[in-house]
Amino acid sequence: MQTDSPFDSRTVSTKRSLSRRALLDQIWLIVLEIIMILLVISFLVPTLWMISSSLKVSNEIFATPITWIPQDPQWSNYVRIFEILPLMRFIYNTVFVVLLAVVGTVISSALVAYAFARLRWPGRETWFALLLATIMLPEVITLVPRFVLFRNFGWIDTFLPLIIPYWTATTAIYVFLMRQFFRGIPMELEDAALIDGASRLRVLLQIILPLSKPVIATVAVFALIQHYNDFVNPLIYINSQDNWTLALAVRAYNDTYVSNWELVFAASTVMLIPVVILFIIAQRYFVQGITTTGFGGR
Amino acid sequence: MASTSLLQRFKARAPGKQERREWLQGYLFASPFIIGFVVFTAYPILYALYLAFHSWDLLSPPNFVGFDNFVRLFTEPNAKLSLYNTAFYTIFAVPIQIVISFVLALALSQKLRLRVLYRAGFYMPIIVPLVASAVVWQRVFHPEYGILNETLGWFGITPQAWLFDSELAKPAFIFMSFWMIGRQMVIFIAGLGNIPESLLEAASIDGAGPLRRLWTVVVPLMTPLILFNTVIAVINSFQIFIPALIMTEGGPENATLFSVLYIYRQGFEFFNMGYAAALAWELFVLVIGFTIAQFYLSRRWVYYEN
Repeated sequence: MQTDSPFDSRTVSTKRSLSRRALLDQIWLIVLEIIMILLVISFLVPTLWMISSSLKVSNEIFATPITWIPQDPQWSNYVRIFEILPLMRFIYNTVFVVLLAVVGTVISSALVAYAFARLRWPGRETWFALLLATIMLPEVITLVPRFVLFRNFGWIDTFLPLIIPYWTATTAIYVFLMRQFFRGIPMELEDAALIDGASRLRVLLQIILPLSKPVIATVAVFALIQHYNDFVNPLIYINSQDNWTLALAVRAYNDTYVSNWELVFAASTVMLIPVVILFIIAQRYFVQGITTTGFGGR
Repeated sequence: MASTSLLQRFKARAPGKQERREWLQGYLFASPFIIGFVVFTAYPILYALYLAFHSWDLLSPPNFVGFDNFVRLFTEPNAKLSLYNTAFYTIFAVPIQIVISFVLALALSQKLRLRVLYRAGFYMPIIVPLVASAVVWQRVFHPEYGILNETLGWFGITPQAWLFDSELAKPAFIFMSFWMIGRQMVIFIAGLGNIPESLLEAASIDGAGPLRRLWTVVVPLMTPLILFNTVIAVINSFQIFIPALIMTEGGPENATLFSVLYIYRQGFEFFNMGYAAALAWELFVLVIGFTIAQFYLSRRWVYYEN
């Protein structure tokens, strides 16, 4: 089929260069894949090292080269951390605080989001602008005055400062996320119910919320991580050991057992496991939440 | 027609019973936020300003001291040092974070087989409780037993003291921050996914190679997201606190004494509530100033459609 016509030879050479380019693309993708695998492993290394070391005896942690799989897994490290501090108590405290804070976040954010999405009232745009402005607010400014405020309330060393503020839709991104979702729900459903004499609250509870499960899940997942990981608020408001949350406990293990790395790592691993499980189950909500709001996680 | 529009306008001006009911409902539904904003945000900000002009140890009543706290924060070495440390951290951490997360997002936008897995892996550090991260990284940087020195040893790099070396402590914190760029990366990935294929094809037909397409099509379209990620990263970096509290307690030689750590110490360890509030206001003004400046400067480099 080869001819000497310049036209054909050009096609052949284009084809050849095309296939060469396709080959180069393939090689590039394989190289990229390898680079990414190495990078992702290096991102996971600190966490994996922590988990693996939590099952070692001290000497093995300090040995070089690193052993990734403990020679003789020391499950007793985990028993010990429950013995040296009332870890069960801290877990219970954390569950209590996180549950109430998350429920409050979801309820209050839904109410406020409904007001911004569906109701017309004077000042709405101003309040909405204020809400969005709080996203950019450096939290450090409220550190000292809030402490004084809660001290005047008599809330210091109680769980109230970790719960009550979150019943007021303080996290703007959650309200924003819900408002965007509510606005996407057809008005007609709601109008029909209103004509039938349903109250606004009933509309929200029985029509809007059942249709909003994905956004509720997203907000709940983010709020769960936020409150579970929260360290600064417990640090400032909680004093007595009886009221510690897990985050404070991890710091306490770190301060008290500085050289017993396996115990510090075991406590950190105990705290890490629930978030990892949640992340694996609810990954799509994370991605959705971040891509709609640009926030989440921390 | 004119009369009906007048009538409508009149109707619009005088709210009907129905309308007023909706107003009331609006305020009722929004009341959690309105109350919360006033009590937990607006009032504390103003109260902090009040405190900044007082000297108060929480025990005796606050004592008005005029501008003393502000004079002090401009003269006291540690206040200046903490600001310098924070600025140093932010100036180096944020741009590199943006570049790393952007490059990772570009890589994950290619047709890679394990894309979803990579995305999860790079994002994971964000959800690790910051206390746990700090506890682990403290040991990653350990001069004798840390895995960083061991890894660097493979490439013949001599062990460093990292968090025990006042020259290297801040760079160590900056390095650690590169580990937590998952959120920015996911935002960039979403943005890259929204770039119309047709634009890239058009550029290809015009003979633009991959790098040129990146620079003339992709990057300009991504500038709004670059601005967003930068603004948020600057706000967060200015407020770095927990890692410093746990890993170094501000040391060595105050090399990691960052602003919020110093405010925390003044307020909750030394009980200088007034001075802590003044320091907080200083940082507050700086962060807001930087944020406004970034939006202002963004007009020169951010590309907006239409």
